[in-house]
Amino acid sequence: MTVEQIDILLNGDEAAAWAAKDVHVDVVAAYPITPQTIVVEKFSEFVADGIVQTEFVSVESEHSALSACVGAAAAGARAFTATAANGLQLMNEILYIASSLRQPIVMAIANRAPSGPINIHNDHTDAMNVRDAGWIMFFAENTQEVYDTIIQAYKIAEDPNVLLPVMVCYDGFLISHTAERIKVFKDPKDVAEFLGGPRKIPKIELMGKEVELSLNPENPLPLTFGPLDLYDYYFEHKRQQSEAMQHAYAVIEKVNEEYAKFSGRKYGNGRVVPYRLDDAEIAIVLMGSTAGTARYVIDELRDEGIKIGELRVRSFRPFPYMDLERYLKNVKVVGVFDRAQDQGMQGGPLFLETRAALYDLASHPKVVNFVFGLGGRDMSPELLRTTMDELIAIKEGKKPVFNRKYIGVRE
Amino acid sequence: MSSTKPGWKEIPIAGIPFKSALEYKTGTWRSFKPIIDDKKCVRCLLCWLYCPDDSFIIKWSEDGKRPKQVLVNYEYCKGCGICSTVCPTKAITMIPEGEEQ
Repeated sequence: MTVEQIDILLNGDEAAAWAAKDVHVDVVAAYPITPQTIVVEKFSEFVADGIVQTEFVSVESEHSALSACVGAAAAGARAFTATAANGLQLMNEILYIASSLRQPIVMAIANRAPSGPINIHNDHTDAMNVRDAGWIMFFAENTQEVYDTIIQAYKIAEDPNVLLPVMVCYDGFLISHTAERIKVFKDPKDVAEFLGGPRKIPKIELMGKEVELSLNPENPLPLTFGPLDLYDYYFEHKRQQSEAMQHAYAVIEKVNEEYAKFSGRKYGNGRVVPYRLDDAEIAIVLMGSTAGTARYVIDELRDEGIKIGELRVRSFRPFPYMDLERYLKNVKVVGVFDRAQDQGMQGGPLFLETRAALYDLASHPKVVNFVFGLGGRDMSPELLRTTMDELIAIKEGKKPVFNRKYIGVRE
Repeated sequence: MSSTKPGWKEIPIAGIPFKSALEYKTGTWRSFKPIIDDKKCVRCLLCWLYCPDDSFIIKWSEDGKRPKQVLVNYEYCKGCGICSTVCPTKAITMIPEGEEQ
């Protein structure tokens, strides 16, 4: 039995704010930046209208925004923030601190091309820049998924076996500013119930006693957060973080299942979303809003008898290498689409990791890379069709003359 | 590293030291010591509020409503001097460590 929901018209940013409202986060500290601004505007309206009792902290920069969230989360709060591109770059130092202090903060990212040249439109380069910061990273395809993923993110982040911060990325303007009819929960109490009530503070063992991992002066043994950690313990703490990320694979899947029972909506196995892959000879791998356009082209090609399918990566961190192996082991050609820069690399980040994931297969498919859409350049069905024609030609024996190809750039 | 130190499965997560903050007697860092002149102190507790550590001990009246005396916890006071700066009656003087009477 799913809980009662209502239809509402929201854009991606509003959906992010709406999810934070329905989770009823304790603290929001955020700084506005295009195309994320509406998240902050909308949430401050909820605060001003008394719809939420959240502590809204107006800060002077993104560095401060995430710092305030780290402090709030360490004190036991559910914290939320949002940013994009240059703001995310300014947060960089605190990203690593949030994950190493194991604070389950959730952050919405309206992906935007970083400067320079200065640009406000979508690509994934900003998120790729922070892919090693120890955060779980989701890429949503549409407005509904933004809303759903932010609610799921708290459950994943706060799982005692995970305790890592989560980024929910969605394409700037393409999702952030595009209004769609989505379903939201009628009664936020249901969301609270899904999350198991207010945040539960994890326990750690210290000096033979069990204490709360929080900055609580009432703690019988008060804790020091963020002290110097040199060569004799730092490595062990980083090893623990790697282990937490390993646990996240199963927790993402479990929360996706629970959410499906609760809402009626399910996103593949939580980590990847396959489409028409069962008998596919050709597969494309991609993230974000382009996946929907690509499915439209795939349907056209299927009508022409071409065995082609799609694998959308939803959790880029942890990277679902086992799912890529499972779904792509029988295909002959894989085209990986990177909406991110590839300077000085053999291809875009999604391509490199996809190809590495398939390396251990007894016989792996041919894997090629398309770099597209930088700075908001449109990816039309016609352009997508040209890339898929290329994949068909490779399947039929044409030797690919490229590792990567730039799609939609003027020569 | 020495194999006598605990492994990653045995230590607290999040870089938390394996001892409580109470075990770190940060008072040893101090080079200036705050001395409170009890006659000048008006018990406003601004020093307690502004102290970045938790280094003020307040003695309360029997009914628990009125601060009777303000004392410094020298085990933890690092000697930053913020209390001396914010004190409205200049009741707190910073004296070089070892030179107090």
